[in-house]
Amino acid sequence: MKSMEELVNVYFRPGRLPHLWCPGCGNGVILGALLKAIDAEGLEKDNVAIISGIGCSSRASGYVDFNTANTLHGRALPISTGLKMARPDLNVITLSGDGDCSAIGGNHLIHAVRRNVGLTLVVFNNSIYGMTGGQYSPLTPIGSRATTAPYLTIEPSFDILALAQAAGATFTARATTYHVPVLVDVLRKGIRHDGFSIIEVVTGCPTNFGRQNKIGAPALMMEWQKDHAVPRAAWEKLDDEARRGKFPIGVLFERTDEKEYTKAYDEIIERAQAAKKEETA
Amino acid sequence: MGRVLLLQGNQAVVEGAIAAGVRFYGGYPITPSTEIAEGMAKRLPEVGGKFMQTEDELAGIGTVIGASMGGVKAMTATSGPGFSLKQEMIGLACSAEIPCVIVNVQRVGPATGQPTSPAQGDVMQARWGTHGDHWLIAVSPSSVPECFDLTRRAVALSETYRCPVILLMDEIVGHMRERIELPDSYEHLPVVKRKAPSVPPEEYMAYADTDGSKVPAMAAFGSGYRWHVSGLVHDETGFPKGTPAATKNSQDRLREKLAKNEEDIVKAERYRADDADVVVVAYGGAARTAYDAVDLARGAGIRAGLFRPITIWPFAERAIGELTQKAKCLLVHELNCGQYVREVERAVKGRVPVRLYAKYDNEPATPEQLLAEIRKAAEGIKEGRQ
Amino acid sequence: MLKFYTERCKGCGICAYFCPRGVLEVTELNKSAIKSGKEKDCISCGQCEMRCPDFAIFVQKEGA
Repeated sequence: MKSMEELVNVYFRPGRLPHLWCPGCGNGVILGALLKAIDAEGLEKDNVAIISGIGCSSRASGYVDFNTANTLHGRALPISTGLKMARPDLNVITLSGDGDCSAIGGNHLIHAVRRNVGLTLVVFNNSIYGMTGGQYSPLTPIGSRATTAPYLTIEPSFDILALAQAAGATFTARATTYHVPVLVDVLRKGIRHDGFSIIEVVTGCPTNFGRQNKIGAPALMMEWQKDHAVPRAAWEKLDDEARRGKFPIGVLFERTDEKEYTKAYDEIIERAQAAKKEETA
Repeated sequence: MGRVLLLQGNQAVVEGAIAAGVRFYGGYPITPSTEIAEGMAKRLPEVGGKFMQTEDELAGIGTVIGASMGGVKAMTATSGPGFSLKQEMIGLACSAEIPCVIVNVQRVGPATGQPTSPAQGDVMQARWGTHGDHWLIAVSPSSVPECFDLTRRAVALSETYRCPVILLMDEIVGHMRERIELPDSYEHLPVVKRKAPSVPPEEYMAYADTDGSKVPAMAAFGSGYRWHVSGLVHDETGFPKGTPAATKNSQDRLREKLAKNEEDIVKAERYRADDADVVVVAYGGAARTAYDAVDLARGAGIRAGLFRPITIWPFAERAIGELTQKAKCLLVHELNCGQYVREVERAVKGRVPVRLYAKYDNEPATPEQLLAEIRKAAEGIKEGRQ
Repeated sequence: MLKFYTERCKGCGICAYFCPRGVLEVTELNKSAIKSGKEKDCISCGQCEMRCPDFAIFVQKEGA
């Protein structure tokens, strides 16, 4: 296993550090964990595509030396899907934020999940629109302050993994930027999963969420993650009262009874070509 | 050996796409373009290609852009409302220079308008639909055989110039059935391939004009050339760079790559136009009326002709300007309240009168209706006024 | 042994907060550094490297 310093040397494009993320932003931790996972899985750079939308999280694609695209707000999943259809042999990893993925790109999310396209979606959930300066997203906890919610939000937030599961997900997982080993582990499992995998990563935005909601220093946002995340095995043993305000981490759901989309499409090609042969015979 | 078929324009588009080597289609059903999706759903897997009915119009063109990044020729089709929805992605394809073909079978708008009635109200949207300065190609067929040919050409232009190409149809051409002769097999037809990098991966820059053509070579994702696609203003490396110089250089090259190659890109048909006093300028479905109207006018002793832009964008500025050397009046006929006419006026620069016969009532003009307009134009010339 | 890439450090203080031995601090220049007198206290646990979002601090194995 390479050290983090080696991983940076191997996988970062030269001259791309320091990155543009704010002091204490968790996005760098997620990107580092992703590199660890890709390396541990033994993927070739040429066979990895990293496709992102728009937002703080989506700037990650430009830093790393793979086939990469920083596309449009909310549209990373359709572009990833098209790429996967063209090149099923590629490991297509989609990076998105909570706003990118669950608001403007929400429709694409549920349908990519439903189709079980072989993509690995990593949702950087920092509970806020960071790039535009702190507006609330569909994953901002109710009662939070945002620049567009000066009197606190009244909108309940999505549980994005429950949403994905309702849409027919075959793999859901969650980690935080505090629980790095868990994060690397679920990323590896998500990459390995033959179908659509969604991995929510709870991360801190000290500048635009933390400050407005008086959470304090970046380290305290990580401390909050430590206190509120519960490994799945322990979570299963908690009663409703003990679960209140907390959330489970780890692989939350996985099934393998459904064919990955591009593999299923190969059957369409077989059927069409058989029918054509019959027609011309 | 060939096949003689009776096909809809939309079906001919499907065959043209298959012949051109399109192997991915992503799109959302919408009248009057749906037959293209249906045809691609049947035909693509037969040739080993893939079809996806996406969740919405945005995903339709999104999957197309993704597939094209993977090196596969890709197309989508839509109409009016769907064309509006695709505009942001068209901008990405312009900026990131991702080849793709977008078919827009125009219907009456705005909003839901008249889904099954013809119009040409999207001609300016085809040029200026997405935000920001941008350059792209639009071509417009007038017959079913031309739907086949122009679809192939649209794909070829898109691959050659690394830019989105709009196949700007209308409901007349899309739904009309005509005789068409197609080869039994498309295997011998030439297929245009995008320019591949001529340098090793470590030297490759996805947006460098290495041969003076202004069109950078494009490597497919997964080909060993790792590069970065971005909708942010970028320099020749593909990475975001927002300096004034980088911004201007990028815009200049995107403009020049089409401007420099206009001779190859901009095509038009001239029908009895060489000695004509009155030249009708019409495109797509509206041009069909004009052939008959010109013949009727000639029969009535009026020297009339037709100039039919096949390439709608970039605008045939020089060719239209040259018409004024002979013609005494140009008569623009289009199925909208008057959009392309403004471009024609701009090119003519007041040298001869430019008249407009705008038809925007859900129905194409009859040759007699257009003839009446040609007569008015001819009388105007005689009286020395417009 | 700790290796700092000072130009990448943004002084967020995460490394200092999570260091179990109190080895690290954020200096007046807003950069992570070893506190004076604490040079020998690092146990190479890797907490700082694992949590640094800026790829600015790495634990190097002895002799490496």
